[in-house]
Amino acid sequence: MSRRLDGGSTGSGGAGLAGAGADTGALMELDGCCKVYKVGAFGGKRLTAVHDVSFDVHAGEVVSLIGESGSGKSTIGRMILRLSPVTEGTICFKGDDVAKLKRSGLQEYYRHVQGVFQDPFSSYNPIYKADRVFKMIKDAYFSGVDDREWDAKVHAALEAVTLDPTQVLHKYPHQLSGGQLQRLLVARALLLDIEFLVADEIISMLDASTRIDVLNLLGDLKARGLGILFITHDLSLGNYISDRTVILRRGAIVEMGATEKVFGNPQHPYTQMLLASVPQLHRKWEDVEAAYLQVSNAVEVDSRESSLVELEPDHFVRSAA
Amino acid sequence: MSSAPAAAPSSLAKSEAPAAPQTPAPVMSSFRESLHFATRNRKLVFGLTVTFLMLLFAIVGPWFAQHPALQFGGNLSSPPTTHDGYWFGTTLLGQDVYAQFVNGLRLAFIVGALGGGIAAIIGMLVGFTAGYRGGIVDEVLNMITNIVLVIPTFALLLVIAAYLQVRGIMTESVFIGCTSWPWAARALRAQTFSLTSREFVSLGRLSGEGSWKIMFKEIAPNMSSYLFMMFILLFGGSILIAATLDFIGLGPSNTISLGMMMQLSVQNAALQLHLWWWFVPPGLAIMAIVGSLYVMNVGLDEVFNPRLRNM
Amino acid sequence: MGLQVTDLKVSYRTLHGDVQAVDGVTFGIADGEIMGLAGESGCGKSSLGNSLVYLTGRMKYVHGTVELDGVTLPIWDFEEMNEHRFKQISVVPQYAMSALNPTRKIGKMTHELLRSRGVTYASIEDELVRRLELVGLSKDVLGMYPIELSGGMKQRTVMVISTLLNPSLLIADEITSALDVSTQKAVAGMLGEFRTRGFVKSMIVITHDISILSQVADTILVMYAGHLAEKATAETIVEAPLHPYTKLLISSLPEVGVRYDKKRLVGIPGIPPALLDPPEGCRFRARCPLATAKCKERPPFVDVAPGHQVACWEVAA
Repeated sequence: MSRRLDGGSTGSGGAGLAGAGADTGALMELDGCCKVYKVGAFGGKRLTAVHDVSFDVHAGEVVSLIGESGSGKSTIGRMILRLSPVTEGTICFKGDDVAKLKRSGLQEYYRHVQGVFQDPFSSYNPIYKADRVFKMIKDAYFSGVDDREWDAKVHAALEAVTLDPTQVLHKYPHQLSGGQLQRLLVARALLLDIEFLVADEIISMLDASTRIDVLNLLGDLKARGLGILFITHDLSLGNYISDRTVILRRGAIVEMGATEKVFGNPQHPYTQMLLASVPQLHRKWEDVEAAYLQVSNAVEVDSRESSLVELEPDHFVRSAA
Repeated sequence: MSSAPAAAPSSLAKSEAPAAPQTPAPVMSSFRESLHFATRNRKLVFGLTVTFLMLLFAIVGPWFAQHPALQFGGNLSSPPTTHDGYWFGTTLLGQDVYAQFVNGLRLAFIVGALGGGIAAIIGMLVGFTAGYRGGIVDEVLNMITNIVLVIPTFALLLVIAAYLQVRGIMTESVFIGCTSWPWAARALRAQTFSLTSREFVSLGRLSGEGSWKIMFKEIAPNMSSYLFMMFILLFGGSILIAATLDFIGLGPSNTISLGMMMQLSVQNAALQLHLWWWFVPPGLAIMAIVGSLYVMNVGLDEVFNPRLRNM
Repeated sequence: MGLQVTDLKVSYRTLHGDVQAVDGVTFGIADGEIMGLAGESGCGKSSLGNSLVYLTGRMKYVHGTVELDGVTLPIWDFEEMNEHRFKQISVVPQYAMSALNPTRKIGKMTHELLRSRGVTYASIEDELVRRLELVGLSKDVLGMYPIELSGGMKQRTVMVISTLLNPSLLIADEITSALDVSTQKAVAGMLGEFRTRGFVKSMIVITHDISILSQVADTILVMYAGHLAEKATAETIVEAPLHPYTKLLISSLPEVGVRYDKKRLVGIPGIPPALLDPPEGCRFRARCPLATAKCKERPPFVDVAPGHQVACWEVAA
């Protein structure tokens, strides 16, 4: 059984993109998604990475997908980006099933949906210059455009991510910093006029002082009307930037809803345990633990026998059926 | 313990890892850096010099041959002499050893280039596809690789020899190329696996690049040093295999190669008759070429692999 | 007693020249103190921590003294340092979990390690088992291969083994970085536990995550580009920092409860200087909002209050 978050835009206004469906229905909708790997000799055993995950993202909103390692959050991101096939369930972008797209349909899909990954130095082919990522986009999508117009487009995109073109163009990846590389990837996505961005742990490999700049950049994109799936294991970041939060554990959703509600009034023991374990600058662990009723002795709830229950508007918790 | 920050992928997926280098590195392209180390590596310089000299000899030598390689005419079994152009002496049947030698040298390089080239191409195609695609494609290609690996090439060559009236150097090269690619395919498959997991491959897919384009524009250039070294090994290996095949009599039937010279000299009891000038030059030549290629390979490994360098 | 480092300089040999990773560092740690060493990547904190124990082939000792419990440590001499390693000073290196030899069972590895220090495994086995149980690992761990253990278990194992001979000083380098948030808490908690039980006297905890330090460390030392910026108690660093870099850094950390639309955080513009040819004077000068002409001269690391040192002309004035 699965639950879907209700429709209705929660995004902040701003100049929404035309035809993004910001007012009716979701931009990206996952329904009952499962990912099962066959492992072992002759594929005998089955490993469930993602089980029955359903949620949606609207234009102009940031949804955080929070989980520890092994929670399946990156797998979900990859399924949305069609880098990994879905075993069961559907992923719909503006109502169209993503799994059914073939070559030209897929090409068109990537014009609207893009991803940025965790390791900026792994995301660039080290033997080419960093701005080759722009050229790749030009060759695939804008082959007819002349050079001057393209340069203007590139400059505009770089400006949108607050990068100085003279500092980042014509350089090799190892000559740029992690923060610059990640912002270049966002600029690349902007060249395509995307509507949905999957940000998979994009700041965990950056230094503290540059993290916040990239994070604020996501906020700007949200204001422009993009829908963003922010995948992270860091609760403070999720809390800072997202409108809604989905907490994942071992491939299943344990709690989800509006960020203030999930963080302010966590109901599931796992969420409480996570919040109690986050090291905070101004509060000691001992003080935080005392604030929660049930901590770390979470009852193992088998996701096959439980379902998400709506506790209050826009706040769902998994509990035994 | 070096704190030169390396963005090492954590064995636990996607948890926090210390940030990668934030300060830009000085500008020196990796090609120039490789060149810097290349010129200072003794093994590489030595190997390259020897190979190049032999190649020069192979190209230029035949211009100086006074007699055709297969022609009978000189004194029988005469040692090296300066007159009449029989610089390396003659065989038991009066053929010019020098002419045969330089001809064989040329053939050796042709077999190396052709046989090695064919093996490299097949190995690359199979290895890249298996490594990139994975799944069922990988299983099938693996099976094919294993089958070719265990085919007894000797028996196969005998069968082919029985069917073909005349075998030239081309046939031999193609045969060697088509039977020595498996280990290259295996090695490339492993390398491709590790590179496919890098994010820039995912980014290529997100940019609409097709599979072949990704394999040859994204993955292969990252292995260029590896491919280069692999080609050199295949080159040397082909020469060695050709010499072996020639030695047992399965070589080209219309010309003389280094291996065939050695075969004929053994058949005609050159060792017992002390006709050293017949078998020593070809033997030394094969040793020199193949040996220097392998030494060059070791040197290249040191150049390309930063960890083996002595700073 | 405790640790006293005076004007330590350590550099790296590279193809392009020497990188001044640690450039004139002076500080002290009292007995029983847990000091956090914080900074961003490339600031030299790992180099500093490692140079106290083990100089790798590329690292070069340039200048300075390191005194532990009154004894000068011969850090420039690899062989001589062997006497002190593991017994007086020990390290849990970065990526320690991945540093376990995959072909050795944990027990065998410990046995070899102890033998190299002249201690028989049998004499210390009981203590080893007791400590493993203390951190929540069963005795069976000794018979397992590293691949059978989870990340948190490996980290705890390495910590137990590193402190087996009760060193005076433990250097823990990024021990929580690659762990999940719940395991992080357990591992960080172990540090205090070790000190309480007397396994270790003092510690240097190296990390880029200041929030972990605010939980476990007594004092925090902030490094920037090879120089020290500020040292004070953990509360002071978090609540009332004085050095401009520390202030900007603390204010750029998002916390649970801080939201983007309510309070927008700001980062520090620019990037740290390359240490191949470092700028003269204060290294933070290029990005500092308070920089003046005086900053072309390197500010000394001086006391501005009891137990609080800062290297900044504006603050110390």
